[in-house]
Amino acid sequence: MSIAPAWYLALAAVLFSLGALGVLIRRNVLVMFMCIELMLNAANLTFVTFSRVLGDIGGQSLVFFVLVVAAAEVVVGLGIVVAIFRRRSTTAADDLHGMKG
Amino acid sequence: MTPLVAATIPDVVTFALCAAVVLSGGVGVVTSRNAVHAALSLVATLFGIAVLFIEQHAYFLAAVQVVVYAGAIVVLFLFVIMFLGVDRREDVEREPLKGQRPLALVFVAVSLGGVLALAAASNWVTGARKVAGSRTAGGHTDTYLLGKSIFTTYLWAFEITAALLVIAVVGAVVLARRPPSVHDAGEDPGTQGERR
Repeated sequence: MSIAPAWYLALAAVLFSLGALGVLIRRNVLVMFMCIELMLNAANLTFVTFSRVLGDIGGQSLVFFVLVVAAAEVVVGLGIVVAIFRRRSTTAADDLHGMKG
Repeated sequence: MTPLVAATIPDVVTFALCAAVVLSGGVGVVTSRNAVHAALSLVATLFGIAVLFIEQHAYFLAAVQVVVYAGAIVVLFLFVIMFLGVDRREDVEREPLKGQRPLALVFVAVSLGGVLALAAASNWVTGARKVAGSRTAGGHTDTYLLGKSIFTTYLWAFEITAALLVIAVVGAVVLARRPPSVHDAGEDPGTQGERR
């Protein structure tokens, strides 16, 4: 008998909140990306937990796809960060106010 | 409803240790001033999640988690941090948007409390079962079942992700390439070699 799923789900909820908090309070774009990874991992943990509880392999398949999409997202996101840094020499989100009225 | 603690001692210890590692890593990502430290904290969190996958008998996903996340994604993060040279300390005292942090804390606390209260007051699952086949059918391993599921039920989605990866790689190359027009326009050819 392993740990009850409630503990895993609570841990995932707390981890997701940490990631959301990081996206809201940090200004470095790279660290904001890492916080998005935290949120994706919390969702993955929830998927695997429900896969175990329901006895359904579909949850684990979905985690596989989340991993692929996360990899693609990081590649494109970091490409954008490099392109912005080349023009503006900054990675702080507050310095990108070119469209401010 | 199963009781909250009905596990063997090793299971409880493993879960408690991994939860501590995961949460301290998450706090490290959010609070560390140095971007490299944040990336290393992210590695701790990812390893903790991988061990929790093993604890839940998702062995293949645990391996993929370590290889893809800790191996590829974090290395990509570190590469960009070093490449851009932004590994100096960030000034976290400055707050350009007045009241952003207290508001963010309140918002996240309310959301988390709401989710936990809602989950504690209602059912965890709706009762839908085995959409994509059993997790332990016929005594096969999770790797076998996962592969079978991906290459039968989710084959279309799998092919689409292959296209997505190719598009992402091409897009990243196009984004990170130095545009030739910026180089040539209105610049003295003599100084071009020295500029980087």
